[in-house]
Amino acid sequence: MKPIIQVENLGKRYRIGAPQAAYGTLRDTLADIARAPLRLLSRNGQADKPLIWALRDVNFEIAKGEVVGMIGRNGAGKSTLLKLLSRITEPTTGRIELNGRIASLLEVGTGFHPELTGRENIYLNGAILGMARQEINRKFDEIVAFAEVEKFIDTPVKHYSSGMYLRLAFAVAAHLEPEILLVDEVLAVGDGRFQRKCLDKMQDVGKQGRTVFFVSHNMDAITRLCPRAILLHDGQVFRDGPSHEVVNSYLSSGLGTTAVKEWTDPTHAPGNDIVRLRSARIITETGEISGAIDIRRPVGVEMKFEVLTAGHLLVPNLHFNNGEGVCIFHLQDLDPTWRRRPRPCGIYTSTAWIPGNFLSEGSVTVGFAVSTVDPVTVHFFERHVVAFQVIDSLEGDAARGDYAGPYPGAVRPIMNWTTEYSLKDSTDLEVSNIAGY
Amino acid sequence: MDHQNIVVRPETTNTLQVPSSPEQLEDIEDPLGRSYDSVVIEPGRKSFGFNLNELWRYRELLYFLTWRDIKVRYKQTLLGATWAVMQPLLLMAIFTLVFARLGGIKSEKVPYPIFVYAALLPWTFFANAVTNSGNSLVGSTNLITKVYFPRVIIPAAAVAAGLVDFSIAFILLIILMIYYHVGLHAGMLLLPVFIVMTIMLALGIGMLMSALNVKYRDVRHALPFLMQIWMFSSPVMYPMPVGWRFHWLFALNPMAGIIEGFRSALFEKAFDWFTLGTSAVIILLILIYAVFSFNRMEKSFADII
Repeated sequence: MKPIIQVENLGKRYRIGAPQAAYGTLRDTLADIARAPLRLLSRNGQADKPLIWALRDVNFEIAKGEVVGMIGRNGAGKSTLLKLLSRITEPTTGRIELNGRIASLLEVGTGFHPELTGRENIYLNGAILGMARQEINRKFDEIVAFAEVEKFIDTPVKHYSSGMYLRLAFAVAAHLEPEILLVDEVLAVGDGRFQRKCLDKMQDVGKQGRTVFFVSHNMDAITRLCPRAILLHDGQVFRDGPSHEVVNSYLSSGLGTTAVKEWTDPTHAPGNDIVRLRSARIITETGEISGAIDIRRPVGVEMKFEVLTAGHLLVPNLHFNNGEGVCIFHLQDLDPTWRRRPRPCGIYTSTAWIPGNFLSEGSVTVGFAVSTVDPVTVHFFERHVVAFQVIDSLEGDAARGDYAGPYPGAVRPIMNWTTEYSLKDSTDLEVSNIAGY
Repeated sequence: MDHQNIVVRPETTNTLQVPSSPEQLEDIEDPLGRSYDSVVIEPGRKSFGFNLNELWRYRELLYFLTWRDIKVRYKQTLLGATWAVMQPLLLMAIFTLVFARLGGIKSEKVPYPIFVYAALLPWTFFANAVTNSGNSLVGSTNLITKVYFPRVIIPAAAVAAGLVDFSIAFILLIILMIYYHVGLHAGMLLLPVFIVMTIMLALGIGMLMSALNVKYRDVRHALPFLMQIWMFSSPVMYPMPVGWRFHWLFALNPMAGIIEGFRSALFEKAFDWFTLGTSAVIILLILIYAVFSFNRMEKSFADII
């Protein structure tokens, strides 16, 4: 099957520096324009001006119905790529083939006019985004209901609150029915409740078999909504693959942490003369090293350390922090075999198992330490040694159930619920029963 | 480069040959056929001529942008659409006072007020259309940097929006003609030709100015001045000089041809075919050149605006 988006050797070069200086004087250009028909083929290259490649040699394909996330630091070329895909600007090199109607939400509310009413702006904005009038007519009520502005639909939008304005703008965009939807951070719109609605809508779009290309800094949203992600770095595709892996490599590239860390040279490992860290690993229940953990599955954090001096009471302990840097919890080894028992020299491998349906989604970094409790001595404490990504499930069997939006909380356990049911308030019923008895 | 398949693609019907969901039905009935676009984006594409197919698909955007310009123009004004008439009417009054009463300019067969109004009608439209469309691209920066559509729609909408003012001002012309007892005659049938010529010229100059304005904001300051000079060098407030050696100089000014055309058509004067023909050719050349340059510059709008 032909890919719906095909990008080959795409490059975009910008000239940096003041554009006025770079483009000469008005007189020059007037003369230039007069000669234009003759110079059709020889565009004058201003070779001496500093050039910068915002994108270079970008290649990827997106199949119909794929939902792909794009991540990368500021300046990595994400916006430039979106602008090229949406045909706002022209590439310097390479080629893009689009095999479907494309719509981009680079900024919601593009073309909104403050003097026009909500109703008028829906039509105007719809037309700008490429909707036919009949299409807007058909979806008008749905758009208004989605934006929750029924009462103010005939009021000029300049009198709207900023929240109403953004809701209306997103509502129009969300009801486009393109085959390819480019989305750039629009989820930063409105209050939490509306954000959730937007995420749900995005998900619907994906489920309808449309192709979505989603740019965001919200890694949780990327891993949840997009099975695949592309990481851009310095204008090039740095990684392209399953989103949890790509997100993980993005997050860890900043911190220098991955799912595994080993010290080959023991003298440089954290520790002292008594105990030294040898390796740290994140493993799945089958024992494989993995940086991406399904929220429903248990995850093991394995610490390998060497005891160099025998006879000490040693307690391995682990410090878990989430992506916001919040300490989620702290674990210490309570294994009865070695508790309150001086350890002989040798290599120990201790693994803490964190059950499934406990951690919240997102990135988790783990700090490793070995201490003695009495007197309190920290033999080593190494922060952010390893990291992994918890991937939430949308299959309905995780804590979030059938809800797809942002889900707060440092942990995400599944708890037992009980329900009692009766037709009437049970206490009334009992009283009447007793009275009648 | 931009082909539309009319057939439903195999992947959408791999289960059934008939549309099974309302979704698919909609796709097939999409009157614009936009669901089946294939686009190739490459550097240096589209170097000459507009993609007419694409322009046709975006015709509703032209309609909505024109409608927006009209709708917004007289919002929060006291006089509203009266402004469309005020401009030519006040100029008519002033010119009548200055040139007819004080300056003693002859106005051929008809009274000076209607003589000058017949020229102010196309002139005001032309001057406003060029000024508005010249500033239109720069005024739509947020559209140009966020959404793709054929850019020419923006200056074109500004010209189209001026047609409403033109129509209102035209009604006043009819009233004036009744007042001054200007009779109907066959020459009036040519009036639409001159109106179309005015629109084409306004579009051509407007496109050039708007594109130039993207690169050089000097245009915004130069435009009012340019329009003023152009008005004085066109036979708006005076008749075409007869028997003058440099008569042909006027033929080079397409607005002179248009204004003469208006007057001849309205006041049963002999048509000056030489001037009219030259104007028509020049207008056509300007428009072709404008389309050509606009296309060339269009690609870089988003980067330099």
